[in-house]
Amino acid sequence: MADAKVIPFDDDRSRAGSATRPSRRRGAGGGRRKGESAVVREVQPLPGRARPQDDVRVTREQQPSQQPQPTQESQDHSGLPGDQSSSAGGGVVGGLERRVAGGLSFLRRRLTGDYEVDEFGYDAELTDQVLMSLVRPLYEKYFRVEVKGIENIPSEGGALIVANHSGTLPLDGLMMQVGVHDNHPEGRHLRLLAADLVFMLPVVNELARKAGHTLACAEDAERLLERGELVGVMPEGFKGIGKPFSERYKLQRFGRGGFVSTALRQGAPIIPCSIVGAEEIYPMIGNAKTLARVLGFPYFPITPTFPWLGPLGALPLPTKWTIQFGEPIRTDGYPPEAAEDPMLMFNLTDQVREQIQHTLYKLLVQRRSVFF
Amino acid sequence: MGKVVLVTGVARQLGGRFVRRIQRDPQVDRVIAVDAVPPEHHLGGADFIQADIRQPTIARVLAETNADTVVHMDVTGIALGSGSRTTVKETNVIGTMQLLGACQKSPTVKRLVVKSSTNVYGSAPRDPAVFTETTTPKSLPSGGFAKDAVEVEGYVRGFARRRPDVAVCVLRFANILGPTADSPLAQYFGLPVLPTVFGYDPRLQFVHEDDVIEVLRIASHDPARGTLNSGTFNIAGDGVLLLSQCSRRLGRPTVPLLLPAVTWAGSLVRTLGMTDFSPEQIRLLTHGRVVATNQMRETLGFQPKFTTAETFTDFARVRGPGLLPPEALVGAVDRIAALPFAPFPGGGRTPATTTVTPTTAT
Repeated sequence: MADAKVIPFDDDRSRAGSATRPSRRRGAGGGRRKGESAVVREVQPLPGRARPQDDVRVTREQQPSQQPQPTQESQDHSGLPGDQSSSAGGGVVGGLERRVAGGLSFLRRRLTGDYEVDEFGYDAELTDQVLMSLVRPLYEKYFRVEVKGIENIPSEGGALIVANHSGTLPLDGLMMQVGVHDNHPEGRHLRLLAADLVFMLPVVNELARKAGHTLACAEDAERLLERGELVGVMPEGFKGIGKPFSERYKLQRFGRGGFVSTALRQGAPIIPCSIVGAEEIYPMIGNAKTLARVLGFPYFPITPTFPWLGPLGALPLPTKWTIQFGEPIRTDGYPPEAAEDPMLMFNLTDQVREQIQHTLYKLLVQRRSVFF
Repeated sequence: MGKVVLVTGVARQLGGRFVRRIQRDPQVDRVIAVDAVPPEHHLGGADFIQADIRQPTIARVLAETNADTVVHMDVTGIALGSGSRTTVKETNVIGTMQLLGACQKSPTVKRLVVKSSTNVYGSAPRDPAVFTETTTPKSLPSGGFAKDAVEVEGYVRGFARRRPDVAVCVLRFANILGPTADSPLAQYFGLPVLPTVFGYDPRLQFVHEDDVIEVLRIASHDPARGTLNSGTFNIAGDGVLLLSQCSRRLGRPTVPLLLPAVTWAGSLVRTLGMTDFSPEQIRLLTHGRVVATNQMRETLGFQPKFTTAETFTDFARVRGPGLLPPEALVGAVDRIAALPFAPFPGGGRTPATTTVTPTTAT
């Protein structure tokens, strides 16, 4: 069954998908479209990372050999500035010494409060060196996230990434954040817009703010785009994340399309993003609505394992994820009053939604198995 | 012809400082300082008139002195001395009503400056992260000083409608800190151990006393070229500090408590009259509040001298170190660094410190 689907898809890819994916494949023979993509290749000394774009089947066979490389990179990321140079040039002792010294100066800054946060409470240092490193094992080892089309994210300036939302718990947002940061040549940080529930829960709200998330409202989104940040939004909201397993990969209504008018007002490009794999981490077969209402949550998931096995049931299934960033939809060509035009807004919302849904189906056809 | 400035609320440190400052301005002829109680500090030769702004006498004071600029600074969160919350509320609300009524009758008043607070935005998890002057908060403050400030601003708006010839400037100050500040937050930071709400790390913004005086002075004179000083402005220093950062910089340990426990402890402390740990204060220390200051820079043309962090440093310098001074913590880290680690060549104290210093510099 899988073969029957894969073969037509390959045909399809050579026609339509050529815009996003094979820019790397052709890159070896020259024929680059952008100057940036050349930089991409120079900065990332990981042939194993570029290769998975070539052919799906080759990737699977090379999976084991590919694993160690991201791990090493993650240590470099989680480590402190100066690590790369030291490990390359100096001896082992010098590198370790510098690392210890860096760790101590980090500790000293944290203990004395001598670090900066922005007006949203984003703590760049903590996010880079602690929070990201905590999520990264989940990203690399557990869900084995594969990121495609990272070249669609501009290297500077504001952009709005619009993604589908799924998985009962918003792990997809976190994975997207790590994915963008680790794969983008500039190491850009994604600023996610989160539901108000996130900011009502203790601990969660503190971590969310420090990781650079903020409330999903037009004011915050515009302010972030104005500052030239990369903003991530999941317009399906609770409708998407809390939908039953039977409706997986069916995009829900995209709110009221507020994200489009925000992007229009700032002239920021909209980058559609499709995430495959998050739907199956917690297959939600039921929803305890009464309990949810009592607890004040929008839904209370019942999965084949969750309330029954206790905390063990809250372990997500180790699915294989793919995050695909699509071609940016430019919004800077519209006149300023376009943000007030409801017809244009609906059209653009539909365009973004269609593109995400289409990519989702393509990625699903391409996928061999949920877990591999 | 020089100006005659009437200032209310001069018995407080901030009011006293402002009176002393504005008297030195060449275009000011006379400063009339008004409060219900005589101030303990000197007023630099200003005419002090003991009048309660809750009484209609304020109208007579205004008429007799022919004041053309009124600076209303008697909108405060905490009582002076041993006043109760009721007195504070009456002074804030009834006092403002009386003062505005008097201003409306007076033909000489040309300019009104009101000291308000960013408390009017409240703080709630559903509000945007940064408030602008036009943001309408999702949940209006239900009581306490924040509600007073909202009501005061409402009356001021009404006055501005009825007297369009008077330039009205409402300044919404973030938390005022400084060497002599007596705001509720300053009292809070004076506690030896800071109770915090478990699982929340609020974003705070401060404005330095010196900047408060300066911006009040700008607002009470004619606007400089290219600026406009009537309207509503948020006043805050640049940048943001988290409460955890504040406690670390101050060297005071925190005790995270669950939100219900904090509310309960707050009411207990309030009943005992130790400090004004009001519900709005707890909300501020739970969700935090940050305001945008673009209007202050671009329209009012005011650049604060102190950032939020510098304001806090100045405040911490006066307060002195707490139980866990940052220097001691740095020393402790250095001692750990100086432990004979195997990989260090020579192992001892010196290599550790020499390797540490360049990394701090970078």
